[in-house]
Amino acid sequence: MDKLVAKTPCDGLLPLTVGSVTLSEEEAVTIHSISPLKGKQKALSDVLKAAHGMACPSANRATGKAGARAVWFGPAHAMLIGPVPDVALMEHAVVVDQSDAWTVVRLEGAGVEDVLARVVPVDLRSSHFKRGHTARTPLFHMTASITRVGENAFQIMVFRSMAKTLVHDLRRAMEGVAARG
Amino acid sequence: MRIDGKGLIDRTQSIPFVFDGVGYSGYSGDTLASALLANGVRLMGRSFKYHRPRGVLTAGSEEPNALVTVGAGAAQEPNVRATMQEIYPGLDAHSQNRWPSLNFDVMGINDLAAPFLGAGFYYKTFMWPKSFWEKLYEPVIRRAAGLGALSGQDNPDKYESAYAFCDLLIIGAGPAGLMAALVAGRAGADVILADENSRVGGRLLAESYEVDGKPGPVWVDEVLAELASMDNVRIMTRTTVAGAYDQGTFAALERVLHHTDRRPNGAPLETYWRIVAKRSVLAAGALERPVAFRNNDRPGIMTAGAVRAYLNRWGVRPGRNVTIFGNTDDIHRTARDLLDAGVHVAAVIDSRHDAPLSDDYEVLRGAQVCGTAGRKGLEAITVRRASGEDRIHTDCLAMTGGWNPSVHLTCHMNGRPTWRREIEAFVPTPDAVPGMITAGACNGSFSTFACLHEGISAAESSLSELGLKAPKVAVPEAEDTPYVISQLWAVPGKGRAWLDFQNDVTVKDVKQAATENFRSVEHVKRYTTQGMATDQGKNSNVAALAVLADATGRGIPETGTTTFRPPYAPIAIAALGAGAEGAGFKPQRFTTSHKATAARKAPMIEAGLWYRPSYFPKDGETTWRQSCDREVNMVRQTVGVCDVSTLGKIDIQGPDAGAFLDFVYTNMFSTLKVGRTRYGLMLREDGFVMDDGTTARLGETHYLMTTTTAAAGEVMKHLEFVHQGLRPDLDVSFTSVTEQWAQFAVAGPKSRELLNDLLDTPIDDESWPFMACGPISVLGVQGRLFRISFSGEHAYEIAVPARYGASLFDILTKKAEALGGGLYGMEALNVLRIEKGFITHSEIHGRTTAYDIGMGRMVSQKKDCIGKTMSERPGLEEPGRERLVGLKPIGESRELLAGAHLYKEEAEPVRTNDQGYVTSVCYSPTLETMLGVGFLADGPDRYGEVVKMVDHLRGVTTLCEVVNPVFFDPEGGRVRG
Repeated sequence: MDKLVAKTPCDGLLPLTVGSVTLSEEEAVTIHSISPLKGKQKALSDVLKAAHGMACPSANRATGKAGARAVWFGPAHAMLIGPVPDVALMEHAVVVDQSDAWTVVRLEGAGVEDVLARVVPVDLRSSHFKRGHTARTPLFHMTASITRVGENAFQIMVFRSMAKTLVHDLRRAMEGVAARG
Repeated sequence: MRIDGKGLIDRTQSIPFVFDGVGYSGYSGDTLASALLANGVRLMGRSFKYHRPRGVLTAGSEEPNALVTVGAGAAQEPNVRATMQEIYPGLDAHSQNRWPSLNFDVMGINDLAAPFLGAGFYYKTFMWPKSFWEKLYEPVIRRAAGLGALSGQDNPDKYESAYAFCDLLIIGAGPAGLMAALVAGRAGADVILADENSRVGGRLLAESYEVDGKPGPVWVDEVLAELASMDNVRIMTRTTVAGAYDQGTFAALERVLHHTDRRPNGAPLETYWRIVAKRSVLAAGALERPVAFRNNDRPGIMTAGAVRAYLNRWGVRPGRNVTIFGNTDDIHRTARDLLDAGVHVAAVIDSRHDAPLSDDYEVLRGAQVCGTAGRKGLEAITVRRASGEDRIHTDCLAMTGGWNPSVHLTCHMNGRPTWRREIEAFVPTPDAVPGMITAGACNGSFSTFACLHEGISAAESSLSELGLKAPKVAVPEAEDTPYVISQLWAVPGKGRAWLDFQNDVTVKDVKQAATENFRSVEHVKRYTTQGMATDQGKNSNVAALAVLADATGRGIPETGTTTFRPPYAPIAIAALGAGAEGAGFKPQRFTTSHKATAARKAPMIEAGLWYRPSYFPKDGETTWRQSCDREVNMVRQTVGVCDVSTLGKIDIQGPDAGAFLDFVYTNMFSTLKVGRTRYGLMLREDGFVMDDGTTARLGETHYLMTTTTAAAGEVMKHLEFVHQGLRPDLDVSFTSVTEQWAQFAVAGPKSRELLNDLLDTPIDDESWPFMACGPISVLGVQGRLFRISFSGEHAYEIAVPARYGASLFDILTKKAEALGGGLYGMEALNVLRIEKGFITHSEIHGRTTAYDIGMGRMVSQKKDCIGKTMSERPGLEEPGRERLVGLKPIGESRELLAGAHLYKEEAEPVRTNDQGYVTSVCYSPTLETMLGVGFLADGPDRYGEVVKMVDHLRGVTTLCEVVNPVFFDPEGGRVRG
């Protein structure tokens, strides 16, 4: 009997540690795009809070915590990462499954900001880009979503199809930083 | 020629290196220039045009003469300034622009031909015949004149780009920069202190000054130690800030590994920084001006500041018998430093009549050096006084014509510097770069005290603008000698007096340009080449324009400067393009079936950023056509599988989704039944076709639009624009789900048989008729099924969440092969669609309308849509427009070529008779002939007519019959199964 086997976007590419920084894949994540219907922003935020414990994020912010996070993703778009969305959300928002659409990785370790400074043109210094901050920004030649999820940890998302390029570009940046010692 | 006990070099670490094949040794802390001088090597290069022997002129990044090539082979680096290159064990440097050797250079003959090679020589001489320029003159000139060369091989070195952010960027770490950093650092500002040198300190390392009662370098080390202990201060040495741009953005080049031969895995040779700073302090110092006099370019003639730098920083005795010439008190300081170090000073030639005298050395007041002698190095100078000319034996002449503040960065945003008469120099115009304050020597304040003082006040002003409180910092005790200068640009006299050492431009050349009525300094620059090449005139600009001002009877401020543009110092193209070489050029997008496809050795073609298989070669197939023909026949006869995940998929939801689609598509979608799919055509606002594709209605308020692979991003952008800009009243939301779903076409008479083997609930014509769509369960996984066809066969597209893509692809392949079918690639897909007359972006290429492609009736008359009004403009529907047709070869030549043009059979194939063109062609194994589609004037009215296809580039002429573009199964019986 044939059986469909699931593979992650970074299958065979990660984890990767160079120097003090590790790049690993967030596997089997559930991701849903949530976009409020007209005039339902407030109601949606309330439902989201009741159902999953976090309010709708404002621009460039992420709410929630590890395991259940809502990440701002663009005008009127947030990504609910972790929980399967409560059906109550559907009354107030368009909810689209994106679990397979994105490569989600975690870049972590001492010097992680130096690594990202090689590929990301926005200011990610901890004094300016704190935990709970997020940005849609280029990562070298790709468009990415970058969220600080810890003192020395970032969540990075790019299109699923670009996983190999993501690893290529980040590896290069990690090696450049590590080689400086 | 080292002086015991002098210098900041580490004499415990001897370092061997090679220059032009000869081994030398220097010390840790040496530059190539200082180490060569210490070894008695004065001749370091040949000049650009006349191949004159040249030695080092300066001790900094402005060096025009001592350019060398470092390394050999693929990674060799040309035009490296010996004054900036630190030595390391194994350094292998070569002189440039000489053959066969630096000592004996055949092209030195150019020097004898100098009378013929003056300004404008090229323009006057190589005018005729015109065609000779590119093929003959230019290559010959380039070989004779020039700098170092690249290897012509791929550079294996890694370069890196990076971003940095700060409150305050301080450019230059001399006394002014260090003081500014200290104040800003103590105030808690985020500071980046960048200096192009390997060591901070600036002139304090090169002079014998005391600061705060301590030797300069000691004071520097103390400040450095405090700065290094601050987390908020980042010190970037070997980093040249090369450009100032909008909104506080600066470009900077860090030379990461040029000072060592170590190349740790992945380490960059250079890093190209983009630094964004809220405020900046320019403390870039000043560059010393040479004086133009006859033969002032011999090895051994240096700027006085360079002589002091080699003496004080590197402990190098620049000569046994030194002479000094200039117009400021700097020459006396030079004499004192030399005498203190035990170096003999033969004479000090001060052009000022009121020059100070000394008991320790001879001062020739009101005198000028008017000539020099010595073949490959200075042997003597001629000094002119009122009383006559004297010859003085000397092997080193230290000269100064005053200092030019480094105003360059302040001019990068179109600012112009201001002339300050009392220092005979240009200084920065305030606020030329928003947020930038200038301090110290770059501001025309030359004493150490003034530098320290201005560093503090620049930091204080910056901090106040940043909203930070500046701590009280007292100005350390330091020398505060007034700067007294008299004009001295060029010493009158015969012969060649060099202004621009790098480009071999003399006073005579500038005067000649003025004589020929070049008055604008910009024109003179281009005509004489003064100020070009790697030093960009840092040593010569001001003197050259002073000579021009004199020659044209104007003042220096009226004459003005040429434009200073980034970069301040040369930057390797490799650094600018760091990371974008090879696979880094652009992102690669891979489908979930990529590995399996690659394993079958399918050649890939790029579609946008995606990689898609061209065809799947089987054993024994030697050409793509064999594979393609087989794959086409396979689809027509059994079943084929093709990954179509790359097509854009846009999830459209909301109460107004239907109304929105009616607005962006030419045809109606609000009336589409749930569970059905419809072909849609989208126009741009100008009425031309933008894209096409099918859109499925998955629910009352839920649609799924497909786009072509290449236009996916463009269509998404278009939808967002229409929604946000034109129809914000509609409640609708878009989400790209291209990447969420792996989607495969299953096409051919046996497609349903294959699918029913996998679907948890089998389908038939009744449950899944042509254009049906909906959710399915495949091997226990929820997916989607669309009965659509781009091949004209009974076909489906099956979609599953991408995580299952690779697995489903394998299973589909296996099942298809068991049924006598298999995989097909883009070539077969293209043939299948041409046989059916389906269009792609070859046809909707941006210049065709719905009417042109035979879909005029798809523009619904019942509603408005984007582009509708514009598509009805006069001319867009008029007779004679080129419209879509099919073409079949008849007659002798059977070859059709895309891009070829169409003419009437009897017409001469010239532009004025052009009737249209061919957009797509293929060999159809189904119909056993070549087929083409293209656009022909009044095409659909001319079926049956014979036209002539002519490809002028490839020399092919074929007679074609004009036919309906649907070549195969025009009734569409096959697609309905």
